[in-house]
Amino acid sequence: MPDDLNHLPLIQRVLARERDTPGALLPILHAIQAGAGYIPDSAVAEIAHALNLSQAEVRGVISFYHDFRTTPAARHTLRLCRAESCQSRGAEALAAQLREQLGLEDHGRTEDGALDLRPVYCLGACACSPALELDGRLYARVTPEYLRALVDACREEVKAC
Amino acid sequence: MLTLCIPCDSLACAVGADQVAEALTREAAQRRLPLHIKRTSSRGLYWLEPLVELDTAQGRVGFGPVTPEDVPGLLDALAGDPGSHALALGPVEAIPYLKTQQRLLFARAGITRPLSLDDYHANGGFEGLRQATLLDGDEVVAAVLDSGLRGRGGAAFPAGIKWRTVRQAPAGQKYVVCNADEGDSGTFADRMLMEGDPFLLIEGMIIAGLAVGASKGYIYVRSEYPDAVRALNEAILLAREAGYLDVAGNGVAFDLQVRVGAGAYICGEETALLESLEGKRGIVRAKPPLPALEGLFGQPTLVHNVLTLASVPIILARGAAFYRDFGMGRSTGTLPFQLAGNVRHGGLVERAFGLTLRELVEGYGGGTASGRPIKAAQVGGPLGAWVPPAQFDTPLDYEAFAALGAMLGHGGVVLADDTLNMAGMARFALQFCAEESCGKCTPCRIGSTRGVEVVDRLIASTDPAYRASQAGLLRDLCDTMQYGSLCAMGGMTPYPVVSALKHFPADFGLEAAQ
Ligand SMILES: Cc1cc2nc3c(=O)[nH]c(=O)nc-3n(C[C@H](O)[C@H](O)[C@H](O)COP(=O)(O)O)c2cc1C
Ligand code: SF4
Ligand code: FES
Repeated sequence: MPDDLNHLPLIQRVLARERDTPGALLPILHAIQAGAGYIPDSAVAEIAHALNLSQAEVRGVISFYHDFRTTPAARHTLRLCRAESCQSRGAEALAAQLREQLGLEDHGRTEDGALDLRPVYCLGACACSPALELDGRLYARVTPEYLRALVDACREEVKAC
Repeated sequence: MLTLCIPCDSLACAVGADQVAEALTREAAQRRLPLHIKRTSSRGLYWLEPLVELDTAQGRVGFGPVTPEDVPGLLDALAGDPGSHALALGPVEAIPYLKTQQRLLFARAGITRPLSLDDYHANGGFEGLRQATLLDGDEVVAAVLDSGLRGRGGAAFPAGIKWRTVRQAPAGQKYVVCNADEGDSGTFADRMLMEGDPFLLIEGMIIAGLAVGASKGYIYVRSEYPDAVRALNEAILLAREAGYLDVAGNGVAFDLQVRVGAGAYICGEETALLESLEGKRGIVRAKPPLPALEGLFGQPTLVHNVLTLASVPIILARGAAFYRDFGMGRSTGTLPFQLAGNVRHGGLVERAFGLTLRELVEGYGGGTASGRPIKAAQVGGPLGAWVPPAQFDTPLDYEAFAALGAMLGHGGVVLADDTLNMAGMARFALQFCAEESCGKCTPCRIGSTRGVEVVDRLIASTDPAYRASQAGLLRDLCDTMQYGSLCAMGGMTPYPVVSALKHFPADFGLEAAQ
């Protein structure tokens, strides 16, 4: 909660800029999440007030879209593609590898708090499946060894801090 | 001076194009070799990416797929006999995969730099707009009608009819909305076009705005495509600075904005997309009213897929008849097919409608990447049917696929080998529907969840009679979903399920005779 208040200036800046944009809610939520890493609870009332919506409407929108999160993310976010093209090239085996080696379930977080795992359904990289996105960066033709190296690097980096 | 072209496309970069470009720059500097690297769009020959092209007086000569480790050897070869290098592909435009394509929409792919207005102009850019400004709106609409262009987003509705409806709708404010939500697995043509040739989409939207009388446009791009968002935003700025977003002399101002989705598949459905643009949850609207009459903010709105809008400049520049001469029957023009999944030569194949699925997956695709037998191809995304090899001689044409109980959709083809279990894929289709359903209607919201349960029970049982009864239940459920759902999410999720059940009963532990 105290963290939440740190984000008030950001929220107000975003609202001042976007409140008169037609259909502003998604751009506002994206901008807040880009700045704060998530949508702080304190943002809901502010947004509702600025856009003349009920808080329930704002919460309804936040929860409808998979992208919006209401708690801070881990330092790294890995989005593993689980759609058909990647499945036909071993995506499920990659998911199983994360589960077995790190106890990492879909929507889970590693014990050391280094990494969040999220499923994603197609990254437009299907000509070179399987694919994943790590911290916004796309990787394709992913092998089990490569996945392991990527994840290890994230965990090492967090350990070093 | 050596000039090399390397794609800046996000997928080329995901397999190492940036690292190859960096290694080349570094190595050339060490050798004091004057080198110019041009970052172009991708040809879409993804199995060859990172593809490095040497620009010569006789055209481009290709090397690929190149890794950073290959760079020293590559520079040696370039200094001597380029053709001797192990990765040498010869003249790029003579590669059969590319040479045999009919590239209208992707004519500039791999050739131009995405954000260079000069490159765009030099390669036919803005010719369609120039022609459009010489015509009145009715004539532009007539050209689109005559071309036979149908919507590329999935439903294949004749574009010209929509244009006429929006044009004739009386309103102070109208909109053009580009559907760039490209959520289907196995598709990437919209992404390639937005990243690689963003001015083409902008040109198409300006023409659409002029023709239907809309002064505002939105491009709704899925959040999974950050590079496309960046390219479009920069291209819009450049086009605006160059005066294109205020078509002078015509007194028509057309303003264009990019909006980013937030990870909901259903927002690809046009009315859910409009709700999302209005800042709401992406709940599907009942039709009527048609978006063409009451769309964004209740105003007449022309909603089209990226490829539909990007086809318009060519139709105006070369004429409706030129475009209509490609294709077969009522499927006119070209479709950029996308080869994905377990395929040896994954990539983009733009061809006129009418080639067969076999020519596409075996000819261009070269069969499976694993080298194992082909089991099936899912055509048209997650709502498309699984087509077995016995049906691969079907021509790729909207009507021929509809007759199979399948659909072409957005032209994506996911190939699978014999290790992929189709009961698992049927379950996945229902699970995906359950997760992505907007929840407005019961057959889709409840039916998808019940469907997952039925498949689970069916697979778990060892009793043939019980299995058969569950299969019957699954078919009934699919029937209810297909005919009782408001939109194609619930209405077409049965396609992959029923086709899997029909063609691969053994995967469900069922007798073939079933
Ligand atoms: C569940 C669902 C998802 C869809 N996803 C897309 C999409 O990602 N891109 C798209 O262009 N059309 C999509 N459509 C089709 C659109 O509703 C609409 O038909 C299309 O945007 C119209 O453009 P067109 O005439 O150019 O095809 C989807 C439809 C449904 C039912
Ligand atoms: S079929 Fe599904 S996605 Fe479409 S309106 Fe009904 S509940 Fe929503
Ligand atoms: S299905 Fe994984 S990138 Fe398209």
